[in-house]
Amino acid sequence: MQNGQLKPKKEKISRTKIAEQPAGLRVNNFNEVELGYSEDEAVRESSRCLMCKIPKCIEGCPVEIDIKSFIAYIKEKEFLKALEKIQEKNSLPGVCGRVCPQEDQCEKVCILGIKDEPVAIGKLERFAADYAKKKLESGSKAPGAAGSEPGSFQTSDKSSPDANSGSSSKKIKVAIVGSGPAGLTCAGELAKMGYDVTIFEALHSPGGVLVYGIPEFRLPKSIVQEEVEFIEKLGVEIRLNAIIGKTFTIDELFQDGYQSVFLGTGAGLPYFMDIPGENYNGVYSANEYLTRVNLMKSYLFPDWDTPVKKGSVVSVVGGGNVALDSARTAKRLGAEKVYIIYRRSEVEMPGRIEEIKHAKEEGIEMVFLTNPVEIIGENGWVKKIKCIKMELGEPDDSGRRRPIAVPGSEYEIDTDIVVIAIGQGPNPVLTQTAPDIILNKRGNIVTDQKTGKTSKKGVFAGGDIVTGAATVILAMGAGKIAAEAMDEYLKTGKW
Amino acid sequence: MNKINEVIRKSVPAKDIASLDIYNPTIAEKAKPGQFVVVRAFKNSERIPLTIADNDAAAGTINLTILKSGKSTHILCELQAGDTIHDVAGPLGKNTEIENFGTVAIIGGGVGIAPTLPIIKAMKKAGNHLITVFGARSKDGLIFEEKAEKYSDEFYICTDDGSKGYKGFVSDFFSDYLLKNPAKKINRVIAIGPALMMKAVSDVTKTALIKTIVSLNPIMVDGTGMCGSCRVEVAGKTKFACVDGPEFDGHEVDFKLLINRLNIYCEEEKISLEKYRESRKCRMDS
Ligand SMILES: Cc1cc2nc3c(=O)[nH]c(=O)nc-3n(C[C@H](O)[C@H](O)[C@H](O)COP(=O)(O)OP(=O)(O)OC[C@H]3O[C@@H](n4cnc5c(N)ncnc54)[C@H](O)[C@@H]3O)c2cc1C
Ligand SMILES: Cc1cc2nc3c(=O)[nH]c(=O)nc-3n(C[C@H](O)[C@H](O)[C@H](O)COP(=O)(O)OP(=O)(O)OC[C@H]3O[C@@H](n4cnc5c(N)ncnc54)[C@H](O)[C@@H]3O)c2cc1C
Ligand code: SF4
Ligand code: SF4
Ligand code: FES
Repeated sequence: MQNGQLKPKKEKISRTKIAEQPAGLRVNNFNEVELGYSEDEAVRESSRCLMCKIPKCIEGCPVEIDIKSFIAYIKEKEFLKALEKIQEKNSLPGVCGRVCPQEDQCEKVCILGIKDEPVAIGKLERFAADYAKKKLESGSKAPGAAGSEPGSFQTSDKSSPDANSGSSSKKIKVAIVGSGPAGLTCAGELAKMGYDVTIFEALHSPGGVLVYGIPEFRLPKSIVQEEVEFIEKLGVEIRLNAIIGKTFTIDELFQDGYQSVFLGTGAGLPYFMDIPGENYNGVYSANEYLTRVNLMKSYLFPDWDTPVKKGSVVSVVGGGNVALDSARTAKRLGAEKVYIIYRRSEVEMPGRIEEIKHAKEEGIEMVFLTNPVEIIGENGWVKKIKCIKMELGEPDDSGRRRPIAVPGSEYEIDTDIVVIAIGQGPNPVLTQTAPDIILNKRGNIVTDQKTGKTSKKGVFAGGDIVTGAATVILAMGAGKIAAEAMDEYLKTGKW
Repeated sequence: MNKINEVIRKSVPAKDIASLDIYNPTIAEKAKPGQFVVVRAFKNSERIPLTIADNDAAAGTINLTILKSGKSTHILCELQAGDTIHDVAGPLGKNTEIENFGTVAIIGGGVGIAPTLPIIKAMKKAGNHLITVFGARSKDGLIFEEKAEKYSDEFYICTDDGSKGYKGFVSDFFSDYLLKNPAKKINRVIAIGPALMMKAVSDVTKTALIKTIVSLNPIMVDGTGMCGSCRVEVAGKTKFACVDGPEFDGHEVDFKLLINRLNIYCEEEKISLEKYRESRKCRMDS
């Protein structure tokens, strides 16, 4: 570098657009909507980064990825190094790059974003993950990658020598409950520290909401599989079909030699609206609707056995990512008309901005300031949904303006299917059998924020089961904090 | 060494019914009467709930007794010893309340007979006087008579066509029984079988003021309270049968709703089964 020379003024480059399947085409398939950057596009986008002395972006990322450095590697075409940089902090880059609400996190505070559009950090992160995946696929298959073999309680291939931890003698056993982002992250971190980690997962497939909730067209399941395999390669064993609270209790895990337990069971209990008619045929919780389609692959029925009702008019109630995913799924299942019925207005919608845009492009009709009051049926099936108009009043605790019903404004919408996506709460299956774990009023586990410690010795918790439904990256952050605290606890024995 | 979820033994106790002993030591050790498992036969299969009809902790096996209904149950009924089931998760649901109530009547209909077996054993062990009533369409559909008779103080058979025992439905039989034995105090009834049968029995016992427990069989997916597919209405409130049940007070259950919801996928089930039959035919032809 030459001294004393002024930095040449940077030529302004606009944010690099990402290639997408056109809306008219993509509503007919479940393939991913965004196609990802090419190498050139990624290099171009990374060159927009100002390489700030004080990179604000890093503060915006809940797991503090060294964004500036990984972007610098991309700029130098050191794509694998970029990925390594990301993986120092984030073991699910392919997932986060796709589903993080970047506009509220890293990209929100990006310095470039003050005057221009922020650097597309998420898309670059995704690029790095996808690049490595492609490299891996074209090269030799990674050793020890456990495919999904039949049988419950299946395990990763533990016979292969563990490259990460030298001393395989008498490793300390720890148990992780739930294989969502919180559990996977916590497991990965502990495995890296040399613990003998087992994940217990209730379903037949690992990944939590990443496999049963978020649709294929937004997060391909092969990506999740890949990232789960990465964690298995660190030596983590995954026992599927194991429901803690039923198959084993937490105390039994301790009796079995596990020295500490992390609970990452998520927010898996679907809320209903408690209005008349909710049990008619054709009314789904978003959890059921999405589980049938994503986890059970009912979009491939009858090649896959699980059915789902299709219907030509589908009404989805709610305004978050779950509602958007349900609505876009309905469209892909062939619905002619899909409504999103939301009681506030567009600015209050908690869904990712990009997905709201995608949904509109796909022809989803947004019915704002409207709330269902009754579901009307005929011969046992949904026929109409009766709604009332809403007005926005004063801001509530969340800072959003509170919707108030307009008396006498009821009207009916004809519909074949209703999907209720108004939120999820904590599933009590586990906590019912562990009365010594203190819960708050809503049923979430109470923890010490800095460590994830619960009221029960040796038991930590994090993710949606603690915070209520939140985001992938926050769940991962919680998993990571807990892993550090667990290590501390296991080393010192101090609670 | 047996594989996890391997079919250790298979028998065919009646036409269209298979009884499988599955190797799964964890569930075998934990299972209590009234609980169920969720199984997935193959990678592409549905998740379906099946009651644990028996468990042998020492041998590490659970028994599933399955009636051929649609595709999933057809596949399971055709498994042979040595085959394995892809996924078995459990034990799920609440267990049956077992205590010495005094006199207990246990009424099983069709394949619903199978899940009464562990309850019969446990109720007898708890010291109850046991009246057992089994019903089926005809005598070929009856299963496990000997096993149950052994534990029962009174044992009755009903068939719709009269080919064995009382001619008529179990509910009619039970109504007659109550009339003929007015002095007999029955403290509790447990009825397991098709929804209509459980409803009919509940109607009979409602007038007789006998507390009646039924085991509901709504359509399920996860079986852990995550999806709400299994919604039923009990005493006017929505419950998730997989976690709040599957057993409920029969006098409070909205059976009409249950039966309505059982029919959601009729069309799709037909397509599935036909396609399966076709594929079987092709395989047999070739
Ligand atoms: C449809 C949908 C779309 C979303 N979109 C986004 C998005 O775009 N961006 C974003 O950041 N976030 C999104 N979210 C939120 C995000 O997915 C969650 O915040 C995140 O997955 C929480 O992670 P977790 O590990 O706490 O729990 P989960 O992902 O819920 O995983 C919990 C796991 O624990 C298992 N489990 C539960 N109980 C037991 C038990 N007793 N024994 C054993 N295992 C058990 C469950 O089966 C599950 O696999 C979305 C959520 C949904 C439902
Ligand atoms: C708690 C519980 C315990 C059960 N125990 C037994 C048992 O021990 N033995 C036995 O033979 N059957 C049992 N059943 C019923 C069994 O689950 C269904 O017969 C089976 O799911 C039908 O699947 P199929 O593909 O063969 O038939 P399909 O053609 O798919 O359906 C036939 C009928 O079965 C019901 N059904 C369909 N899918 C499901 C599902 N996912 N969950 C529940 N019901 C469904 C519907 O009413 C449908 O009309 C039980 C059900 C429940 C809820
Ligand atoms: S993990 Fe999420 S918040 Fe962090 S840099 Fe990546 S996209 Fe941004
Ligand atoms: S804040 Fe934005 S411009 Fe600055 S280093 Fe981070 S990504 Fe680059
Ligand atoms: S089967 Fe999903 S909640 Fe009961």
